Amino acid sequence: MRWHLQGGHVIDPACGRDGPADVWIADGHIVAVGTAPPEFTADRTLALDGRLVLPGLIDLAVRLREPGQEHKATIASELPAAAAGGITTLVCPPDTQPVVDSPAQIEYIQRSAAAVGGPRVEVLAALTVGLEGTALAEMAALRDGGCIGLSNGLRPVANTLVLRRALEYADTLGLTVHLHPLDPHLAADGCAHEGAVATRLGLPGIPRAAETAALAQILALVEQTGARVHICRLSTARGAHLLAQARAEGLPVSADVAVHQLFLTEDDLEGFDARCHVLPPARTAADRAALREAVASGLVQAVCSDHQPHDEDAKTAPFPQTEPGVSGLETLLALMLELVGQGVLDRPTAVAALTGGPATVLGLDRGALRPGAPADLTVVDPDTTWTLEAQNMRSRGRNTPFLGRRLRGRVTHTWVAGTLVYALEGGR
Amino acid sequence: MKLEVTDPLTRLHRDLEALLRLRAVSTPLVVGIHTGGAWIAARLHAGLGLEGPLGSLDISFYRDDFSRIGLNPRVRPSQLPLGIDGRHVVLVDDVIHTGRTVRAALNELFDFGRPASVMLAVLIDRGGRELPIQPDAVGARVELPRGSEIKLTGPDPLGLEILSTPNRPESR
Amino acid sequence: MKPQSPVARPASLQLTPDGRLRHFLSIEGLPRALLEQILDTAESFANLGGPAVKKVPLLRGKTIVNLFFEASTRTRTTFELAAKRLSADVLNLNIGAAATVKGETLLDTLRNLEAMHTDMFVVRHADSGAAHFIARHAAPHVRVINAGDGRHAHPTQAMLDMFTIRRVKGAFEPLCVAIVGDILHSRVARSQIHALKTLGTGCVRVVAPRTLLPAEVETLGVEAHVDPETGLEEADVIIMLRLQRERMKGAFLPSEHEYFQRFGLTEERLRRARPDVIVMHPGPINRGVEIDSRVADGPRSVILRQVTYGIAVRMAVMSMALGTGTDAS
Repeated sequence: MRWHLQGGHVIDPACGRDGPADVWIADGHIVAVGTAPPEFTADRTLALDGRLVLPGLIDLAVRLREPGQEHKATIASELPAAAAGGITTLVCPPDTQPVVDSPAQIEYIQRSAAAVGGPRVEVLAALTVGLEGTALAEMAALRDGGCIGLSNGLRPVANTLVLRRALEYADTLGLTVHLHPLDPHLAADGCAHEGAVATRLGLPGIPRAAETAALAQILALVEQTGARVHICRLSTARGAHLLAQARAEGLPVSADVAVHQLFLTEDDLEGFDARCHVLPPARTAADRAALREAVASGLVQAVCSDHQPHDEDAKTAPFPQTEPGVSGLETLLALMLELVGQGVLDRPTAVAALTGGPATVLGLDRGALRPGAPADLTVVDPDTTWTLEAQNMRSRGRNTPFLGRRLRGRVTHTWVAGTLVYALEGGR
Repeated sequence: MKLEVTDPLTRLHRDLEALLRLRAVSTPLVVGIHTGGAWIAARLHAGLGLEGPLGSLDISFYRDDFSRIGLNPRVRPSQLPLGIDGRHVVLVDDVIHTGRTVRAALNELFDFGRPASVMLAVLIDRGGRELPIQPDAVGARVELPRGSEIKLTGPDPLGLEILSTPNRPESR
Repeated sequence: MKPQSPVARPASLQLTPDGRLRHFLSIEGLPRALLEQILDTAESFANLGGPAVKKVPLLRGKTIVNLFFEASTRTRTTFELAAKRLSADVLNLNIGAAATVKGETLLDTLRNLEAMHTDMFVVRHADSGAAHFIARHAAPHVRVINAGDGRHAHPTQAMLDMFTIRRVKGAFEPLCVAIVGDILHSRVARSQIHALKTLGTGCVRVVAPRTLLPAEVETLGVEAHVDPETGLEEADVIIMLRLQRERMKGAFLPSEHEYFQRFGLTEERLRRARPDVIVMHPGPINRGVEIDSRVADGPRSVILRQVTYGIAVRMAVMSMALGTGTDAS
């Protein structure tokens, strides 16, 4: 299908573009942006009336729950939700059941995803066998099997010597290691930020030091080994500060935050609201401000949904027994646009954190609307207001604190490799 | 609107005296229902020249409308002399209306023991009974429209006030 | 775009729309007048007709279920006695700590009991927020009383402590109250702090080693003392907390012995407080660990009075919560 997207406003930070431009697509690729290609005949012309045209969003953390937790969600249930959220590439962590520590697991996920169609699925493979943190996974086989990087999920690599060797071996193969900075001993059985609210509610706390101690250790090992590491889901101001120092010293580290961390604080746990139970925990307003600043300055180059769909039972229990996580695919973009509306981020920076930024983290040639690049793109009507309601969510997980929230800006079309994979019903 | 107290009180005293004589009761135990009934009971107790202690009952814990209107936090302890078994009790209240208060008071009284007899003396009978309970001695009968309330003020001096408070659930 | 409040939230779970007590889940968020109403109502029950009348028919026909997911014979017994003195029918369910109760089965249990026309749940659970959870999921006519949830709250214990203090000391404003011991894990301490602050207590201190103080404890409006000598100085009321023995085996404290040496309430240490100080303890007491027997049994101790008042306070809370339109169902 040959497309002519007419009269849109293209925001493509990677190409330095932020203005009205038409886009032409053919054979799954971008043919031209701005200037009409010679002798192009479109099968379909879409008049966009000033709607935003973005590179397709790239989400660094999406739990599809398959294999192993199909009662929460499946590849078939979550890929359409991602497409509706404007996401064209998503990365799934290796903590499925069984864990992704063999090429067969990668193949299973990618084949299932291909059968469903829609967004591209990239897989992070296990850093250690069974994510147990003791023996190195067969990384070369995993790389050849097509993994995009390595990770131990939220499971710790408690032994620093194992972590050092894992980083060195991954670096040998040119693989980026995605690490969660969370000290397992300091975090212990915590389920809330260790601070005033956890003290009042009597919830076991996770101190900031659980993040900073682990982060300092990771940074020391990066300094030692020179391995490329991506820091997942920063949550503290102090963590952002450590990262800034490391970056200033030229260490090869990148980082992301979950979009809910830019909104929620410890105060949202009031009344034991399990929808706000997330890991790392929502911290203070000061931490949130520092994270917003870190995204605004580009220190943190990616914002992800940290999508964790749950079955209803997972959130229906006394707070400490509930499972952490937010179903976030369908609100990622709208929440980022809300930050733009609040003046926290400028629009190109917000878009970059969802496109070019994560593409760079993954080392992928995506997240930009260059002629010749695959036609992954997202069209957004920035003026549509809508309310997130459970019955209208596409994800099987309805566990989000943003239910009932008035959102502004809605994805109307999503293309992956030139194929329209989502169009808003009743949209223009 | 105010009502005069002296006449009804005199009439009640006279009625009660006659009743006690008729029944040959010489040492009744006078028990007032908190709050207004206790004031009247004190007057009758003095007027009859009785010796021995006066009793009082707070029937809050025995009300049948509790789960609708809740509990009055300042419930006074009920005070009855030890051993009401076999005594002739004169139960005194300021106003009788539906009869529910007296029902509650009888229940509470019987949690303390088994009196030989119970007589009921009220200052004002305003009619409107919902239970088969009638006073044995009455100071005055007053017809009042539903929704209005008659209230004894006191303890010194005693006064009677008629309040019009529509839509308030009746409980007397 | 105007920033929205982060998360939409329902109105107060504990109060009816006209401000009366619906559930008793925590002290926090309840107005002073309501706490005073609880204390006043408890006075009424404490003064009940003496030996002749122990029981009143107030809750006749109501069914109260003691739903205990964590064993506690003492607390359960006082709730049971309170319910029986109000003439309610009582069912004791000890689900125990051994069975890990997941959300689904917990709700199933709840539904089953509701189907038997339960009017009130008295809930004890090892997880903070469990009573809130049950209150949020219970049928509209059902009332919930928190008998202790995790580290969060134990509001009836706190109110009986307030009752004891008010009976002995009168007003709260001029008092200095020191709470000593494992503040970090104590639901009792949290509820006491909220109750004392709400009732206007002049000075509330918590006294413990750093390992047993929760983060940012000062945000609760208390002074934190790591030195018992300053923490007990001129105190009018000393509340000793029970120290769980498993906390003393090296993780939080080196040993029982060292804790008693440094923080145990001895006669000598008691002399730092005001001469008319009273000593309280929610029980059960670890003699020789947090408190010397001579102090626990001494003239300044009001520990046994606390137990007596516990029944009146629980009667008050039960009758108040069940007196708010529960017949409407």
